Amino acid sequence: MSKLLEVEDLRVSFPTRTGLVQAVRGVSFSLGKERLGIVGESGSGKSQTGRAIMGLTAETAQITAKKLDFNGIDLLKASPAQRRAMRGKRIAMILQDPKYSLNPVMTIGRQIVEALRAHERIGGAEARRRALEMLAAVQIRDPERVFNLYPHEVSGGMGQRAMIAMMLVAGPELLIADEPTSALDVTVQLEVLGILNRLVAERGMGLIFVSHDLRLVSSFCDRVIVMYAGRIVEELPASRLAQAEHPYTRGLLNCMPKIGADRHPLPVLDRKPEWAL
Amino acid sequence: MSHTETQQSAGRAKGRAYAIAASIASFLVIVVTTYLGLLAVTFFIGRVVPIDPVLAIVGDRAPAHVMDRVREEMGLNLPYYQQFFLYVKGVLSGDFGTSVLTTNPVMTDIRRVFPATMELATVGTLIGVAFGIPLGVLAAVKRGSWADQIVRVIGLFGYSIPIFWLGLLALLVFYARLGWTAGPGRIDVVFEYTFTPITGFYLLDAVLNRDWAAFRDIFAHIILPATLLGYFSLAYISRMTRSFMLNELHQEYIVAARAKGLSERRIIWGHALRNAGVPLITVIALSYAGLLEGSVLTESVFAWPGLGLYITNSLQNADMNAVLGGTIVIGSVFIAINLLSDVLYRMLDPRTRAR
Repeated sequence: MSKLLEVEDLRVSFPTRTGLVQAVRGVSFSLGKERLGIVGESGSGKSQTGRAIMGLTAETAQITAKKLDFNGIDLLKASPAQRRAMRGKRIAMILQDPKYSLNPVMTIGRQIVEALRAHERIGGAEARRRALEMLAAVQIRDPERVFNLYPHEVSGGMGQRAMIAMMLVAGPELLIADEPTSALDVTVQLEVLGILNRLVAERGMGLIFVSHDLRLVSSFCDRVIVMYAGRIVEELPASRLAQAEHPYTRGLLNCMPKIGADRHPLPVLDRKPEWAL
Repeated sequence: MSHTETQQSAGRAKGRAYAIAASIASFLVIVVTTYLGLLAVTFFIGRVVPIDPVLAIVGDRAPAHVMDRVREEMGLNLPYYQQFFLYVKGVLSGDFGTSVLTTNPVMTDIRRVFPATMELATVGTLIGVAFGIPLGVLAAVKRGSWADQIVRVIGLFGYSIPIFWLGLLALLVFYARLGWTAGPGRIDVVFEYTFTPITGFYLLDAVLNRDWAAFRDIFAHIILPATLLGYFSLAYISRMTRSFMLNELHQEYIVAARAKGLSERRIIWGHALRNAGVPLITVIALSYAGLLEGSVLTESVFAWPGLGLYITNSLQNADMNAVLGGTIVIGSVFIAINLLSDVLYRMLDPRTRAR
């Protein structure tokens, strides 16, 4: 399988008043046209890994890597203009909560059209047609109506579908989904995941699925990376999650309640300082 | 379209019409209440609190029966609630009484002086908006840089320097020393007999008359006080723009806009400012209203024949009808501007629109 993305020894750190905070500390992985899950708790560096690949890290951050390579393009050497041209067109990102990630004073249709016209020189009618097509592709039943709605006028699930439409409309090869379903109701989660899954498969995209939900990731992805304190502590095929070896992963799996079994109290993580080394 | 669908959409249209009627009704209630409040306050300040208006007319040596007669003629012997009723009735028919000082009806005086104030405040606000918003955006985008510091210092000066001092200084430098602008007043005496006001807004009148010499002269007169007022409004607007923009630039939809690959320019002006513009409407409206009522000092320094100067002169001569009339006009304009900003707010922010 050809490599879409290669990351070697990625480090992201932020200078603060109290010294350098290292959010990502030497992460390495590679990705083909597959679904890779990155799991970890808050502050484990999973989101910052995704943002570093997008080129959306805060300006003050220092990013280093031995290799940060997308389809033969060295992302660290690319100019800001080159990276901007790639964002949305070749690498796109879905954010967590459509309530905040869609511009409240712009109709959904305009936001999708705008994403398309940032990368392609096409007329308004053509852009509108493609946006409507995309809305239909994310299984919105009445695209014409939703096109003219404002984000506050749609439900969370509908908003997240619009977000997916907006990010996929320019046809990216790699999609980074940063907790794409965490803000949604459980029933809607499955719907949105189904749509995402189908589109990723149909279009042959690579997917990085960032989440804190171990079980969701393992059922949805081909491969899982477990991050802790800015490092990868374990990488394994999703199907073999049950055979995880690292004590952190094992501990996490152990914390989950089981249907039918009465486990009181639920076990909690017993963190070992050496995990964070 | 099926029968039930037609019925449904008719029902929806009816519901919408009802919602619009309700919002107009509540709008009217607010206007009427605010206006009555304004009238009550001005009435009691003007009639109940200060010196005896009869005294101002007949002088302090008039015999008692003259004073009583005048008091009766003016209706001042009536109970307050009747006086208030008559007063409201007069105001509603545009009758503010007669000015003791100019012997004109107050309404005529105000019609003459108010356009001067409004023209000055409008040009000042335009200057404040044209410079304040870009400066505020710049400061927010380059937060912490030297550009941000400079904008903040400019704003700080605008906040803290007294306008009469800056006005005199500006007159001294740009009029007396450099001769770049015209001096006090609205228009040169040369044009007194050739220039015919139409709307009372002289810049507009000059354009309508195609009198370009007058236009140049009027512009040379207004530019200094308007720039000064504009500077004060700039100080306020740029500060607020900066803080609204900083707030918007930290929102998630900005990250999403970047993830789409939009240019920074489009993100800043098309997305962030479009959102920051919603609360900015209120700020600009308040600043405009502030210039309308608060240009008293500027008008005094520049001998600008506007409402501020008129009220000041009337106040010094105990001409209460004129003072009250002027106050009511300013209050009405204040209410109108606030309502207008509410309407604009609704137009800019889809979340506040009635559906």
